[in-house]
Amino acid sequence: MSTITKYQTASTAFVQEAEVFADLYGKSNPALTAIRKQAMAAFSSRGIPTMKHEEWKYVNLTSIAQTDYRTASPADSQKLSKSDAEQYRYAGQDAILCVIENGKLNVAASSMSDIPKGVRIGSIDDFSSDAAVMSHLFTHASFEDEAMVALNTMLCYSPIIIKVDAKVKCDTVIQLIFATVPGVDPLLIPARVLVVAEEQSEFTVVESFHTHGSGALTCNNIVSEVVVGKAARVHYAKVQVEGDEAQHINYHKVNMARDSYQHLTTLTLGGAIVRNNLNIRLDDEQVNAYLNGLYVLNQKQVIDNHTLVDHAMPNCYSNELYKGIIGDEAQGVFNGKIWVREDAQKTNAYQSNKNLLLSNQASMNTKPQLEIYADDVKCSHGATTGQLDDEALFYLRARGIGETAARSLLNHAFAADVIEQVENEKLRESLMQLLDVKLSALQIEA
Amino acid sequence: MLRIKNLQASVEGKKILNGLNLEVKPGEVHAIMGPNGSGKSTLASVLAGREEYEVEGGTVQFLGNDLLDMSPEDRARAGVFLAFQYPVEIPGVSNANFLKTAVNEVRKSRNLAPMDSKEFLQIMKEKMKLVEMDKAMTQRSVNEGFSGGEKKRNEIFQMAMLEPTLAILDETDSGLDIDALRIVSNGVNALRDGNRSFIVITHYQRLLDYIVPDFVHVLYKGRIVKSGTKELALELEEKGYDWIKEEVAVGA
Repeated sequence: MSTITKYQTASTAFVQEAEVFADLYGKSNPALTAIRKQAMAAFSSRGIPTMKHEEWKYVNLTSIAQTDYRTASPADSQKLSKSDAEQYRYAGQDAILCVIENGKLNVAASSMSDIPKGVRIGSIDDFSSDAAVMSHLFTHASFEDEAMVALNTMLCYSPIIIKVDAKVKCDTVIQLIFATVPGVDPLLIPARVLVVAEEQSEFTVVESFHTHGSGALTCNNIVSEVVVGKAARVHYAKVQVEGDEAQHINYHKVNMARDSYQHLTTLTLGGAIVRNNLNIRLDDEQVNAYLNGLYVLNQKQVIDNHTLVDHAMPNCYSNELYKGIIGDEAQGVFNGKIWVREDAQKTNAYQSNKNLLLSNQASMNTKPQLEIYADDVKCSHGATTGQLDDEALFYLRARGIGETAARSLLNHAFAADVIEQVENEKLRESLMQLLDVKLSALQIEA
Repeated sequence: MLRIKNLQASVEGKKILNGLNLEVKPGEVHAIMGPNGSGKSTLASVLAGREEYEVEGGTVQFLGNDLLDMSPEDRARAGVFLAFQYPVEIPGVSNANFLKTAVNEVRKSRNLAPMDSKEFLQIMKEKMKLVEMDKAMTQRSVNEGFSGGEKKRNEIFQMAMLEPTLAILDETDSGLDIDALRIVSNGVNALRDGNRSFIVITHYQRLLDYIVPDFVHVLYKGRIVKSGTKELALELEEKGYDWIKEEVAVGA
């Protein structure tokens, strides 16, 4: 019996394991224990979604469901050092690096000595007496609807929390380095992030995902909850550069208060199977939400981006731009839903998904969905999937640019505008570099 | 410099060039005129190496090399330049970055070190004047949102930057108003240096008032059926192509 089935059937050993996690923090916070137990119940009734499930049509979780994972545990020893972590630094020398190794904060590998005033970063232990922060934990991403959120909620033992006080503008980028260190047995890593941006605060968070070393299969089961307070501005990037074998299921829930702004970029370059579930709720008026994504795939990579932009209130703006370059036998999925609720009059919501297929075996399934229940709104969506423009290619070659260079110039031009919107210059340059490395690795079929 | 012998080419199974002969010597300007569908643009495309065109026979020698055996980029590096009839828009690639890449690829093929940014900017500034182009145009994406005239000026600007040995202008005058025509022609004339050769493909004699050719050829049904000097262009302007067609019919 595999790990997941065991959790699902609530076999004694695994329920005990989950209860150990629950009790670990339960002593100081019985409310959390109660939530974890609800999540356990939700998971055991739902189980892992199969491909028959509409929202999981293209991503096969069977291999995840059938693998006999060991769940990362608080007792695991940690291997990463500071110098290991340095190679994953994306936003300049002064950036704060917070290393989360196999789901647990690795303080020794992190660089967190110069945290600006008004910013706090730590694990759940550091925040147990902060009732305001704790009230957000486990409450935004819904485990009732999503089995993988339920699994995360019952198993994550060490949520990482970032809190920025009201009116604090933090120029230092906070980078959360999620380093997966594969071991002898397949490893399931439930990691959790809570970001609380208080009123009028502004800062940048990067989540980067890496495979450090090699070994048995790994599966990241990540849930991030981002609470954007009144008139706060949050810049966020998710950088997925894991190894060829890595599996990655990600939930990202943002809740936006009045007059707030958030800009989220998801860059997916690595991993065997990556599923991103983004849920941005515009929960009050005058909110601006930007949601950008870029995926560049080769070999047999599978990426599935499911996004939901949830306009709950009037006078808000959202703009979503997703682009993909897909080579070899890779497979991309984009399912972007804009939901304009009845109260959300004067909504402006835009969405675009553009894809380049580089080979005959590459595929892309894109499904824009608009659900509009208000009558005075401006919404648009568009999706295109095509090949590199032969005319443009010939034009470049006719000027002396070799075919390979011409192709990579065009691929770069296609993808770069997603990254150009990243505000922090150092981060932008790092992401551009990661993009170019990946582009040069693409198997180009003439 | 360029010697085309009995060139035959087809596109999508349709034969367009039927045994074309042409010789261009260093410094010469050859105008190629002809009615619609006579094969003028096909000739330009075949010389530049467009892959949709299939060469079925004949030879093209450029500076002693077999041009037809070379990739489009190798032809460009060897000094062939095609000014496109319909320049392509390339969003996301700035004109300056595109040209710098092109110039350095050409230099690399000649074993020259890449041009540094300062030198490149200096030369770019100089050449921009030739076609009265402003700086903003070099920062914009290649041809994106350019007017018809701006696109053609950009072609001549690229030509000036790449300094080809042989330039083929494919209906560069089409769609240009008189001011743009003057600017484009001035740019071309400034690049005539006694060694650089030009093949100017056009429908209209008007262009040849500005770019004065040494020879004028009439292309009809994929062959050059008449050659002469610039006076031939004036005659064509006056009398149209029917008399040529009749001559050909009689000859056949």
